Order: sequence, then C-alpha cells, then structure tokens
Amino acid sequence: MLEIRNLHVSAAGNEILRGIDLTVKAGEVHAIMGPNGSGKSTLAQVLAGREDYEVTAGTVFYDGHDLLQMAPEDRAREGIFLAFQYPVEIPGVSTTYFLRAAVNAIRKHRGLEELDAMDFLGLLKEKMRLVEMDQALLNRPINEGFSGGEKKRNEILQMAVLDPKLAILDETDSGLDIDALRIVATGINTLRSPERAMLVITHYQRLLNYVVPDYVHVLFEGRIVRSGGKELALELEQKGYSWIEEQVQGPQAVKA
Amino acid sequence: MSTQTLDLLTSQEYKWGFVTDIEAETVPPGLNEDIIRLISAKKHEPDWMLDWRLKAYRYWAKLEQSEAEPKWANVHYPPIDYQKIVYYSAPKMKKQPKSLDEVDPKLLETYEKLGIPLHEQQLLAGVAVDAVFDSVSVATTFKEKLAELGVIFCSFSEAVQEHPELVRKYLGSVVPYNDNFFAALNSAVFSDGSFCYVPKGVRCPMELSTYFRINAAQTGQFERTLIIADEGSYVSYLEGCTAPMRDENQLHAAVVELVALDNAQIKYSTVQNWYPGDKEGKGGIYNFVTKRGKCLGKNSKISWTQVETGSAITWKYPSCILQGDNSVGEFYSVALTNNYQQADTGTKMIHIGKNTKSTIISKGISAGHGQNTYRGLVKILKGATGARNYSQCDSLLMGDKCGAHTFPYLEVNNNSATVEHEASTSKISEDQLFYCRQRGISAEDAVSMIVNGFCKQVFRELPMEFAVEAQKLLGVSLEGSVG
Repeated sequence: MLEIRNLHVSAAGNEILRGIDLTVKAGEVHAIMGPNGSGKSTLAQVLAGREDYEVTAGTVFYDGHDLLQMAPEDRAREGIFLAFQYPVEIPGVSTTYFLRAAVNAIRKHRGLEELDAMDFLGLLKEKMRLVEMDQALLNRPINEGFSGGEKKRNEILQMAVLDPKLAILDETDSGLDIDALRIVATGINTLRSPERAMLVITHYQRLLNYVVPDYVHVLFEGRIVRSGGKELALELEQKGYSWIEEQVQGPQAVKA
Repeated sequence: MSTQTLDLLTSQEYKWGFVTDIEAETVPPGLNEDIIRLISAKKHEPDWMLDWRLKAYRYWAKLEQSEAEPKWANVHYPPIDYQKIVYYSAPKMKKQPKSLDEVDPKLLETYEKLGIPLHEQQLLAGVAVDAVFDSVSVATTFKEKLAELGVIFCSFSEAVQEHPELVRKYLGSVVPYNDNFFAALNSAVFSDGSFCYVPKGVRCPMELSTYFRINAAQTGQFERTLIIADEGSYVSYLEGCTAPMRDENQLHAAVVELVALDNAQIKYSTVQNWYPGDKEGKGGIYNFVTKRGKCLGKNSKISWTQVETGSAITWKYPSCILQGDNSVGEFYSVALTNNYQQADTGTKMIHIGKNTKSTIISKGISAGHGQNTYRGLVKILKGATGARNYSQCDSLLMGDKCGAHTFPYLEVNNNSATVEHEASTSKISEDQLFYCRQRGISAEDAVSMIVNGFCKQVFRELPMEFAVEAQKLLGVSLEGSVG
C-alpha cells in the first residue's frame, strides 16, 4: 500500500530525513520508534502533505499514486488519516459539524451520496461508543477546552468515522494517563483490519503492549537504523536509545 | 501564510451587477432649494414635510459651505462633489399599481434577478416585501394582511400621506436633521424608504423586509426608514441591499430611526452587499448611514444585527439610546473588508435610564488590502445607576496586507456601572487549515468554515432566511483573497 524509497526531507535548510526506505502492506501495523529529533513527526507530516517541508530526494507511492504530488485533502480523500500529536482548536466549529464536512468531502470524492444530518448523527453515535466519548463534547467547538486525553480520543473517533486505508498515529499515546491510554488503545485495536494499514509513531513501549505491531522500526537521526518484530520494541525498552546510538555510531560516539 | 493555502480559486464576478434598461424620470444633477421643492412636489407632500426638508437643507448648506463635512473617520476617499449628484430618479409609472399585475413587468424581472420572487414569497415565506426601486416604492405586498392586525407597513412616502400624525410625531426624534452632515443631507433630499408602526400588544407575525437598488448612474440613495413599536409590541425587520456595477462612486446616505415604547421590542437585521468596487479599488458604493434606535419606554429592547460585506466604504454606527429604565440595547456585527474596501463601523450605546443593559459583539474580517476599523462608544450618564455593558470586539486578519483597528470609547459617569470589554486579534493559522485539509476538506472550504465559526456568535442572531444568505455572501466576498 505504501512504498517509501530513499526519502530525503529538509526543513528551513536542515536535512531531517536522510533516506527512508519503508514498505507497508494492507493489514500491517508498523511501529516507528526513536529518540526526540529523530524525524518521526516529520515523516508523519510529510506523508500527510504538510507544505512546510521540502522533499529533496526520493519517492513515495501510495496505492500506485505518486503521493508527493497530491494535495493534503486529496491524500485524505484517498484514505490517508493522520492522528495529530497536537490537535488544534477551531473556535465556533463543532466536532459534529467538522466531521460531517469531512465525511461528505470524502464521500463526494468516492462518488457516494452525502450524508444528511440525521444519518451522520447515527454514524457518529455508533463510533462514539468506541472511544467512550460524551456527546456533549462533540457539540462544543472542536478541541476547545478538551483535556489531552479527550483530544487524543477525539482523533481516534475521527479515524473511526472517516474509515481510512492508511492511518498514521503521531505519538497518540503522549500525555495520556493509564485509563486514557487503555481507551485509545482499545479504539485503535478495534479499527485494525486486513484492509487497513497503520503507522504507529511512539517514544514508548507501553502503547505497543496494547497495540501489538507486526514490525518495529527504529528511526535515528533521520534514518531507519534497525527493523524487527515486536521484540525489538521490548529490547529498546530495556536497553534504551543509547544502545541504538552505540550500534550505529560505535561506542565512542555515545554521550555520557 | 503560504500563498497556496489562501490562494482561493478565480474570483467570482460581483454576481448581482447588472443594469435594468428602464426609463427613469430624473432631475438634473445638483442641489439647491428648487430641487428640494421639486422632489417634494413630485411626491405631493404636505407643507410641513417641505418645511422640514428646507430647514435640513439650509443647515446642511451652511455646513457644506463652511467645509464642515466630517473627516475624522479612518476612511479615505476623494472629495465628493455634491453638485454632480442626481437627487431624484423614479421609474416612469402611469398610475399607482393596485396589485402586482399592474406593476411594470421589467421591474418584476429585476426583483426576480435579485432573488425576491414576489409571487412566491407571498405564498410561501410569509415575508412582506416593500420593494424599493430607485427612490420610489413600487410594490407593497401583504399590506392587507398586516392591516388586519393594525400593523402599518408601507413606503415612507405613503406614510407621509396616510399617517402624517405618526410621521410628524416621531420623524427626527431619534436622528434630528441637524444630527450630522449626512443626516442633514438625507433629511433634505430623502426620496423614500420604509415606514412601520406596530400597535399596542401586537406581535408582528412575519418578518418585514425591504430590498434596495441603486440603478441610474450617479443617483445617490437617500433612504429614510422609521419604525415605531408601540407598548408591548414586537417587530423583526430585515434590510438587504444590492447594487449594480458602476465606475463612479455612488453615495448612499440613509437614515434609520427606531422607536420602542414600554415593553416593546424591535429587531433590525441587515445584510449589506452593495457593490464594493473592483479588485483595484475602483468604484463602489459609499455607505454613510445614520442608524439609531431609541428605547423610549421601560423594559424596551432594540437589537441591531448586521453583516456588512459590500460597499467601497462603510461608515455607520447603529446605536441605541437606552432611555427607559431596564431597557436593553444589542449590537451584533460582522464587517468584512477585502481588496481595497474600507470600513469604520461600530455602535454607540448611551445609557440614560436605570438598570439598562447593552451587549456589543463585533467581528471584523480583513482580507486583501482591506482596512477594517471598529469604533464603539459606551456612554453611561450620571443618572444611569445599575448600568451594565459587555463588549467583545474580535478581528480576523487574512493575509499580511490588510489592517484591523479598534477604537473603543468608554465614558462612565456612574460608579454603580459594570462595563466589560474584551478584544482579540487573530489570523487563520496554518495548523487549523492543515487540520481541515488532512480530513479531506478543501482549502477554500476550510477557510469558509473557520471564518463562519469566527462569525457564529453574530450569525445565530440573524433570522433564519438571512443567516443562510449571510454565510453564502461571506464565502463569495472572500473569494479571490490571497494570503
């Protein structure tokens, strides 16, 4: 579904991604781990189409399309979803209104009839249960006054409603307490399917206890330096990122 | 802000710009006492009306000669030559039409284009339309229905003939002819407008509405509207305007007076879409309007709601005089300036009686090279014990070439008053736009959604029919704005 070849990305003249190669097939869950500054969020944003980044080399193919040529809304309409690390607030625009506009934009693109308010509400109610979301929250301006946990659950709710083919979860577990983590993880797991692929970006192992990945990749200074199965995440947890650094650069490069 | 994200699609031509080819009876350009007498004679006005006009004219002429035209607003325009303007233009009509069947079909066609199908409205919407075409009221529907309740809704000219006692009692009581330069001009040369009187205890069953149109070149619109809500009554009035494309600037100096007696309520909503000038700032309407409501009675209430997207220059302060005890004044406004439009608008809330309350919610949107100024006065007089005011003034800047300015004036002369003022300035953030786009919403729709969210507090005060038109209008007006 997703083929990334030798992707080099810069921002403000600094190279952040230095040759990423990654293949993701439908039904697979890939975890991307790495220390701060390794380029994890950059990868997520570039795949979603954020225009602040410059792709200096490489290709990305999604379902046979040249992804890098597509506008962000077109990527979304083709089934790419990004669960943001820091979801923004939009005053005066309720989640309900926002999501319905999104759903209908995607349906229109697929040649489907738009959902009217009643049908949409039905769909929304069904998905709300998945993330144990209170309906009252949905009528408030989107993300306004939401706690960290509520914002992340709202992202997963949107994912459930929009039914994407490729879901990129950018540190969805950051800032969550134990209960929120459980709810978010359950939501994500419920959305796993053979037709859907997921890129789960995270610092920590703990989300991966719930959302067990098929593959784990370690991103370090803009490159994927190690790939493996779910055991790799556990190994990282035990040994820390400095172990990776050592592996990559040699023992003398490791900072005290 | 990257040009890609705010680079909205090809701008839409001002949709309502067209001219109706119809014979217009005009007087030569220029203003003097003879012209005033001519206007008054054409309308068969009684002496008292002519006298009032002449007093106003003489006052205005003195001001004009002594170059006392006000120049303090934050708007810039070349000097207006008042002698080049034509002050009266009316479509040639052989007789007064008794029903729509008798109205010139070309005129009816005009109304169709403007989206007011009189025939349909009569049956479906239940909105009475007093359609004004170039200074003369042509069709007044629903007169009979309203008459059953004792509600008078007719053209101002007709009111002068049929209800002189009401007109004489209240005309100039809220905006006297010597109030300001443009009010004086209007008082001298006004040709027509709307008049409404709602009797005691009557709740007007439908929204009353008026459509304006400026047609012949260099004809200024000098509309005069007077609405009186007697004790315990309620009326909701809609004002929507449009005008054709022109190169010469056209002056629109209207006056609107509202009077609410004890326990009465007037709701006045405006969606203003006058020709705003082209992308280079050439042409467009000058909208210099004096609008004021007097809460004369106890427990009375007057609400102004406006969505101003048109005009090259907008200069108006719909205001409330809170004279009656416990009276309430409200002002909800969305003002948009795009390309080279300028706006200096706001409100004045004058607290006179006891326990009066006022609310001001102003949303300014600046795009292109637009300059948007909010100017508001909250004045609490010495005797206004227990007065309360809440003001919220928000500006949204779209792009880096536009401007938003705020001049709030607070004059508080009573120490039991509570006055709150909040202000904010923001732009549409890249993050918000990207969030929307990542969910499949196009950049243009995202901007529209965010702007509508910004205006929501004001839009929800509009009557349903207008709220939809307002949202569409905002979308159309923002097209072509580049970040």
